[in-house]
Amino acid sequence: MNRQLVLRVIAKLLIPFILLFALYVQFHGDFGPGGGFQAGVSFAAALILYALIFGLAAVRRQVSDMLLERLIAAGVLLYGGVGIAGMLLGGNFLDYFVLDADPVIGQHRGIFWVEAGVGITVSAVMLKLFYLFADRADRRQGAAAGLNAPEGGA
Amino acid sequence: MVVAVVAMVRRRNLFAVIVLFGVYSFLMATVLVAFDAVDVAMTEAAVGAGISTVLFLGALHLCKSEVATFAKPRKHRARRPLLPLVLAVGTGALLVYGSLGLPAFSDPQAPIHVHVAPRYLNEALRETGVPNVVTAVLASYRGYDTFGEVTVVFTAGIGVIALLRRRKQWKEMGKKP
Repeated sequence: MNRQLVLRVIAKLLIPFILLFALYVQFHGDFGPGGGFQAGVSFAAALILYALIFGLAAVRRQVSDMLLERLIAAGVLLYGGVGIAGMLLGGNFLDYFVLDADPVIGQHRGIFWVEAGVGITVSAVMLKLFYLFADRADRRQGAAAGLNAPEGGA
Repeated sequence: MVVAVVAMVRRRNLFAVIVLFGVYSFLMATVLVAFDAVDVAMTEAAVGAGISTVLFLGALHLCKSEVATFAKPRKHRARRPLLPLVLAVGTGALLVYGSLGLPAFSDPQAPIHVHVAPRYLNEALRETGVPNVVTAVLASYRGYDTFGEVTVVFTAGIGVIALLRRRKQWKEMGKKP
């Protein structure tokens, strides 16, 4: 416990900012560098850091496997849904110009939702991959809780 | 980067190799920043140095061994590196030869800079209202491609889930296999 005190405190300090930065990258991707993919990976990285320090079980309590699997599909469906929405409003598939009366705002709206879909799928897939890897390690270790934190999850 | 690669090849401790992988990825990210490709640099830093390092460490943890060993007897070792070396040098030479035919780096008259790129650069802000051209091209002009990419990520994800999740876990979750 004492050995990991520094890690725990620093991680607790850092993780909110990593999550916030990921959301910033996601929603500010129109104006600065970034976008759905980068944001999704950063978001997943923050949760993986949490899992490494506090144990897999602690993250699983917050983000369950079921939720992740639904999010993986939800992101793709959101992307496709934006395309279908364009079709329903009289345009082609993935035509954003028709999403609003003003074509430019329509483009903006389309890009926003499409990037959101990318971010959701990417972060869920990354986290799910980590879960699966760490889960196998856990199973092999028996009762131990985390990948690199044998006494984690306390 | 060369130092990192040489150290990676010479190390037998896989833990050190993985850390060097991460170092290499961060160096690559700085190179990409120097080329003004900030979006790509971000991806490289997050995926190359972050997630894949963690996944490599997880795989190493599963292998229970941190040191690479040679299974073959020692007398074969002397001639083994020759074929891979010839192959690597040959492929490298071929690639260098091929790159001689490419237009010079950052040549404004290169074919890729005179086709659709000027239209994207000049019209993207007016047409989409999005100042970051990379985002505009990815999400709007090349929306179909990006949709394909998300589908690839999705398919890869469910593929790994199908491979790694075992029947026991299915039963624990109260579902049919």
